[in-house]
Amino acid sequence: MENHGSHITEYKVLVRVLFVLLLCTFLTISVTGFNLGAFTVTIALLIAGFKSYMVLSYFMHLKYESLLLRILVSMVFVLFIIIVLITFIDYSFR
Amino acid sequence: MSEHITHVEEHRDDEASKLGMWLFIFTELLLFGGLFLVYSVFRMQYPANFHEASLELSVTIGAINTVVLLFSSMTIAMAITAIQKKNKKLTLRLISVTVLMALIFLVNKYFEWGHKFEHGLYPGSDLMHLLERGHHLYFSLYFFMTGLHALHIIVGMILLIICYVKVSKGSITNDRFVFLENGALYWHLVDLIWIFLFPLMYLIS
Repeated sequence: MENHGSHITEYKVLVRVLFVLLLCTFLTISVTGFNLGAFTVTIALLIAGFKSYMVLSYFMHLKYESLLLRILVSMVFVLFIIIVLITFIDYSFR
Repeated sequence: MSEHITHVEEHRDDEASKLGMWLFIFTELLLFGGLFLVYSVFRMQYPANFHEASLELSVTIGAINTVVLLFSSMTIAMAITAIQKKNKKLTLRLISVTVLMALIFLVNKYFEWGHKFEHGLYPGSDLMHLLERGHHLYFSLYFFMTGLHALHIIVGMILLIICYVKVSKGSITNDRFVFLENGALYWHLVDLIWIFLFPLMYLIS
């Protein structure tokens, strides 16, 4: 009980996370500069996925929240991926 | 009887408050998720049109806005650290910086949209109806998604201003700051959506 909510994220950790996020943004912009065909959007989305993971775990504090909350949040993303997959399967076999 | 009263604790459950905020955030994620789904289907159908139309946007302004939002996300996360460390003055400063960043974002957006409006490019304009179908879809989605996102920025700003007032009045303190936490969660959500909006709208190759 004491561990939940009482965790304090240090300033320097937050600064480091920001630097990682800025680096990722720079990487995304430079990657999309090259024409790698279908890979470009895949790489851009993978980087965006990593960035959101960083924001969710450190800025939104999920890393230190209860297991219940962490499972709930991941389920929403799983649900969204399933919806996307089903839609695309539908469109590609029409 | 008097023994009972001394043991009475205030009825409050921070975990539940946060869970409630998260449930609301889930609905927001799925709202934008649905729009991203529409976007990806149309992008698959009109890849060339989406690429051409995206060249109309300024990557520089988009990148500046990304940096602004990421920075503001850090400052509001720091505000929570500051309130936990009982540093009220720093908390207030960090909230103000966050609100200022939100304002900078909106000003950038104003110039960005204003530039398009000047060229007759806005939802329902004559020019929009003359565009090719793929271009039309791209700009409709662009205005709708960034517009809805900007609306969330405004709501987030109002929430953060309420947080500022509550901290300065002393109703948010180092042992009761769940309101600030929830306000910050909302602000991070706005950042989270932009993380996907930026590469998908501005950087289409």
